Amino acid sequence: MALFIRNKCINLAKQNLSILHKKIPNRPSTKRLYASFTYIPDTPSSSHGETTRMNMFQAVNSGLDIALGTDPTAVLFGEDVSFGGVFRCSIGLKDKYGADRVFNSPLSEQGIVAFGIGLACAGATAIAEIQFADYIFPAFDQIQNEASKYRYRSGNLFDSGPLTIRTPSGAVGHGALYHSQSPEAFFAHIPGVKVVIPRGPIQAKGLLLSCIRDKNPCIFFEPKILYRSSIEEVPTGDYTKPLSEAEVIMEGDDITMVAWGTQVHIMREVAMMAQEKLNVSCEVIDLQTILPWDMKSVAESVVKTGRLLIAHEAPLTMGFAAEIASTIQNECFLNLEAPIERVCGYDTPFPHVFEPFYLPDKLRCYEAVKKLVNF
Amino acid sequence: MAAVGGRIVSRCVSCLSRTAVFRRIHRPRNICTSTAVCCSKSENVSHFEDKPEFPGSRSQFTSRLEFLEPDRFEGIPVYRVMSRNGEIPEKDQDPHLDKETVLKMYHDMTLLNTMDRILYESQRQGRISFYMTNYGEEGTHVGSAAALDPRDLVFGQYREAGVLMWRGFKLENFMDQCYGNVGDKGKGRQMPVHYGSKDLNFVTISSTLATQMSQAAGAAYAFKRAQNNLCVICYFGEGAASEGDAHAAFNFAATLDCPVIFFCRNNGYAISTPTKDQYRGDGIASRGPGYGMVTLRVDGNDTFAVYNSVKAARDLCLRESRPVLIEAMTYRIGHHSTSDDSSMYREYGEAGYWAKKDNPINRIRAYMERQGWWDEKQEQEWMKDSRSRVLEAFSKAEAQKKPNPELMFDDVYDEIPEHIKKQKDQMKQHVNQYKEFYPLDIHEEMT
Repeated sequence: MALFIRNKCINLAKQNLSILHKKIPNRPSTKRLYASFTYIPDTPSSSHGETTRMNMFQAVNSGLDIALGTDPTAVLFGEDVSFGGVFRCSIGLKDKYGADRVFNSPLSEQGIVAFGIGLACAGATAIAEIQFADYIFPAFDQIQNEASKYRYRSGNLFDSGPLTIRTPSGAVGHGALYHSQSPEAFFAHIPGVKVVIPRGPIQAKGLLLSCIRDKNPCIFFEPKILYRSSIEEVPTGDYTKPLSEAEVIMEGDDITMVAWGTQVHIMREVAMMAQEKLNVSCEVIDLQTILPWDMKSVAESVVKTGRLLIAHEAPLTMGFAAEIASTIQNECFLNLEAPIERVCGYDTPFPHVFEPFYLPDKLRCYEAVKKLVNF
Repeated sequence: MAAVGGRIVSRCVSCLSRTAVFRRIHRPRNICTSTAVCCSKSENVSHFEDKPEFPGSRSQFTSRLEFLEPDRFEGIPVYRVMSRNGEIPEKDQDPHLDKETVLKMYHDMTLLNTMDRILYESQRQGRISFYMTNYGEEGTHVGSAAALDPRDLVFGQYREAGVLMWRGFKLENFMDQCYGNVGDKGKGRQMPVHYGSKDLNFVTISSTLATQMSQAAGAAYAFKRAQNNLCVICYFGEGAASEGDAHAAFNFAATLDCPVIFFCRNNGYAISTPTKDQYRGDGIASRGPGYGMVTLRVDGNDTFAVYNSVKAARDLCLRESRPVLIEAMTYRIGHHSTSDDSSMYREYGEAGYWAKKDNPINRIRAYMERQGWWDEKQEQEWMKDSRSRVLEAFSKAEAQKKPNPELMFDDVYDEIPEHIKKQKDQMKQHVNQYKEFYPLDIHEEMT
């Protein structure tokens, strides 16, 4: 019947909207905007064996499959997880591992995280999904006051290490206030949790498996725009990627660019623009783990380049770029050739129709590059 | 039944718990509002002369070690006025609405339906970014809205467009919001269907679930103190009722005696999650008594039953200054949203059953036809007229520009602080430098 309604609706609309179509002078511009990016696939490490073409939701699904298959205590749960999840990350897993291991939770984020802490505390591996990062805040108390402090407050008698919280985050083109946020900085302020953000399918699977197996509670933000738009040859087997290790994805001499998630791809294109138009050589670093972050890799790069640009979608004020800038000016003060630049979302909620103006897009980052080299 | 302190109460035969009764719409019988325990058949034999004196206790001691089994009790009944074919078997339950009111109900429900179809399809064509239809739940919207004072404050979830329509939100208002154009009172900041209207006393929708519920209790408390003789209504789904906020809302409203109607639209699904994964008790209504709240379950596809329920709840709210919980049983015929495909998790034909057999629009139309107020000719004319009105508003809204990008920085605070002013200037300077790369053509000009 759902189909019936849809068909009826389409027919109805076809009749009417086709007439309308001619009258409308002001359709949205389809011009390719600088907030968009071209996804350049990574090459999988040959040591990880056979590969297959996957987008990021399939890579996450593959990682979850391995986690469930290799650890009989592991369970996967959250809102709408049972039928495959609203982003299809858990598709097929209920049928494969049973409804007692892959299940729907009632609609309560604080419940989901607390339930996960309980599972972890009792020795099970808990993989919790929060449907959107924008909705993680009812669980903030459980993360900030419980998960992060379990080990410390009990003198290591108890811990919540086997808990991993997966959640889609970031801009998607039309998500507005409550389907676009990048709240990593809130969680970077919590000693005791790890915060990880992958830039694509290969990283997503390897980093997710690392988080699930890590002895500390992890929050794994999945940039939702990459679920379908990023496609790579992903190793089908079991592999992990190290946490707290940044990765230099483009080497360069003049400017260090630090980003994570979707923004890495923006930075890579800006680096290419800078090379082409300004003859400026940029080193692009994917931080990958936000907490505890790899300051050594960033500092080493800045020692070499003398300039640092950090960009993220989250608002400027108190974004994680502030932490990096502060640390690097302390570590590399005498190496710096220019003040550290940050290009971030503005200090407003994430807006709907203004998204193209809000994002730290290529042109804004490119302008920051010019500022850094012209200082 | 006795009047105690001005309140009409009845006592449950077995436990003597007092309960307020809706004088006007319930058949005269005792309805327990404490948990169904008191309706249990088992007799309690107390071998103790005293009664529990623990703070807050109101029962008696028992020597029987007996768990309360939730399945032992009959479910809470569903209040209904009108059968599926538009008949009203109990004449004293007929709200006796005049022709004009019933026609407005029908017009609004069907106009909403037509608007939904056009906007759903426009999303499919990429003309708006997102949409949520109201299919199947039109009766809960219009029945409840009609029973309220238009000045009563509404806190909605996101699927209550019919409430706004009843209050006079115009087609162009809906369309402008969905397009986020210059006519959108929300200034293009939120996704489609996040309506709001100060004039119509409808607090702007947020995507977050259940956050509005305790806010509704707070607003009701303010109304009570202002002695304005108004109440607050809060709509939410059976899924949202699982959030911690729902618990806080019920408990705050009950303990602080807030004149708020908690109106649950139990439509069977929270995106893909069916009610069996959402709760194991007798729906949401069974929770009301646990919080000490007067509660009613109603057939949400029966617009008149919804009307009677909310009218009686409103009277009770204001007369006794206490919250009421209404659980309206209905069915989400459409997908959750344009991001969802419900064929992934619903049996083929399930939604069709409800669309055809138990649909609030069909039911009220059957009633109108019985009254001789409506016929096929009028239906055809109205469908044609309503469609052209929707399309006209649609094309007007689509032709409008989006707001000036500078508006992104307004309303974060009452006044723009220095650091945001600086960012606004940076944005303007940058965009002016790279004009051709930003969608300035579809926005109003920057200053």
